[in-house]
Amino acid sequence: MSEQIIEAKNISKYFHDPVKVKVLKEVSFSINKGEFVSITGKSGCGKSTLLYILSTMDTDYEGDLYFDGELLRDKKRDQLSHIRNKKIGFVFQFHYLLPEFSVLKNVMLPGLKLAELSAQEVEHNAMEKLRILGIDDQAKKLANQLSGGQKQRVAIARSLINNPLIIMGDEPTGNLDSKNGLIVFDIFKELAAMGQSLLIVTHDQDFADKTDRIIEMDDGKVIKQ
Amino acid sequence: MASRLILSISKTLLMARLKQSIVAAAGVTFGITMFITLMGFMTGLNSMLDGLILNRTPHIRLYNEIKASEDQPISLSPEYKDHINNIRSIKPRDDGKEIYNGPAIVAALRNDPRVFGVAAKVVAPVFYNVGATDITGSVNGIDVTNEEALFAFSTYVPEGDITDLNNISNSVILGKGLADKMLAEIGDIVPITTARGQQMNLKVVGFYQSGLADVDNITSFASIGTTQKLLGKTDSYLTDIQVKLHNLNLAPALAKEFQAKFGTEAVDIQTANSQFDTGTQIRNIITYSVSIVLLVVAGFGIYNILNMMIYEKMDSIAILKATGFSANDVRNIFINLSLIIGISGGLLGLGLGFVFQIIIDHLPFETSALPTIKTFPVNYDFKYYLVGIAFALVTTFLAGWFPARKASKIDPVEIIRGK
Repeated sequence: MSEQIIEAKNISKYFHDPVKVKVLKEVSFSINKGEFVSITGKSGCGKSTLLYILSTMDTDYEGDLYFDGELLRDKKRDQLSHIRNKKIGFVFQFHYLLPEFSVLKNVMLPGLKLAELSAQEVEHNAMEKLRILGIDDQAKKLANQLSGGQKQRVAIARSLINNPLIIMGDEPTGNLDSKNGLIVFDIFKELAAMGQSLLIVTHDQDFADKTDRIIEMDDGKVIKQ
Repeated sequence: MASRLILSISKTLLMARLKQSIVAAAGVTFGITMFITLMGFMTGLNSMLDGLILNRTPHIRLYNEIKASEDQPISLSPEYKDHINNIRSIKPRDDGKEIYNGPAIVAALRNDPRVFGVAAKVVAPVFYNVGATDITGSVNGIDVTNEEALFAFSTYVPEGDITDLNNISNSVILGKGLADKMLAEIGDIVPITTARGQQMNLKVVGFYQSGLADVDNITSFASIGTTQKLLGKTDSYLTDIQVKLHNLNLAPALAKEFQAKFGTEAVDIQTANSQFDTGTQIRNIITYSVSIVLLVVAGFGIYNILNMMIYEKMDSIAILKATGFSANDVRNIFINLSLIIGISGGLLGLGLGFVFQIIIDHLPFETSALPTIKTFPVNYDFKYYLVGIAFALVTTFLAGWFPARKASKIDPVEIIRGK
């Protein structure tokens, strides 16, 4: 197939508290550009833990992880921050917007941090993303004045602002009712259709079934992909 | 660009919790205000007390001690060398307290670059004749111009004009207590007798009030010329030469030097007022301890408030990190936040401190001991403002830096998973 964005080789992860537990057991898989992949499994099987490692936020693991062809092991924290900023868009179970900022500013912040475009261009792009997601009319409101479904869409807009290589979602529909969940899924589907790579962790089998590929996990191991 | 973004994030975080930010800044303001106010007040009082002595005490005083000849005839005799000698016959010479060659010494001192100023003086022991009784005391013949320049003589003359001493012949400024006893008003003529029996009538042109009752009851002031005339001496007769130096701390060394050079006695201010020196030291220690306690208490308050503010923002830290802000960015955001609070709170504290100083400066404070002081003394020294603002910045920086450093090290996952 085409080029690989993520390649995981024998990733293992331990939790030390209260006793040492191996939560990920030599997990290996890869994700190609343009794929819409979901990771499923029972709760506690380690799928979120795996996602945090893939997203470079968790650095305490064993094994080799390649992102966009680069080995992440020896990267400094600042370099990892830059990778997260430029190449990964993240959508959490909870929206995790900054309540102090307006919707527009929330979307703009990662773009301003990257600083490859001027503030005006970032603002223009942010409005564009909000428009795609149908919430451009809410741009001036504070983040915590929006409904749950709207917030999640803002979070998606934020994840898109730097045109990332891949969007990672951790139960992005887990906290939404079925109607809003469907809206969010449709957005992901459209993004996938435009060639955007997506990696979504979910325990919702219906959601997973509609993606290109399912990686199924159980007890820290990949059992089917 | 990057730092402007960080600054704007800090500002938004501050504005979002405006009330909390104001409380934090108020903590800083309160501490700095108290520091400025108390330091101004305490050092003001201290320097007033110091001035009470320092302003009217010469740094070095040259005078002649009346003492018996050290070489009594019998001790010069080889025959009685090994004996205990009890026979003393040579009494002090008649030149008494006169400084030999006084005017030349004054001229020499004026040319010394270390000397700030010189004021000569003639002290005459006198009797003030009040009806049938006499009050013993002394008339100080002063060089009015220099006395005013060095010791702010007019500050202690609440009534009358000191220049009249020079302008009106045979004039005198009486001590306030003395004048009350003599029932003397300005313009009256008072009779004065010297220890040698010469009598003279002097015209009262003012009253002297030092605040020390013992002094005010026996002292009066006249010009050098009048006093010399009173004593029947020539115009080269001087009994005291008062010296003020540029650097007070040189006084002990220079006193020794002048003593050897001019053949007079010389006493420095530190020796003459050693108990006062101790008092000053103790007051300074009190001032410094109070200021340190104030700053430490204020510092803890500032640290506490900022610490809590930052821990409340842990979620925001996690989000920022997840979306690509680096550990440094997070740390800088919170340091910025602290410094904004520190600068605004600190500057406001300086302003309020100044206002409080002005208020204290206008509170009435009247005491008979200090005739010229009508309100509480305040020291507006700029130094304390610099210390205050520097302290505000350093404390808020540290108060921001420690939790910010901790926050910057946290893995965002730890916070997100904790939900």
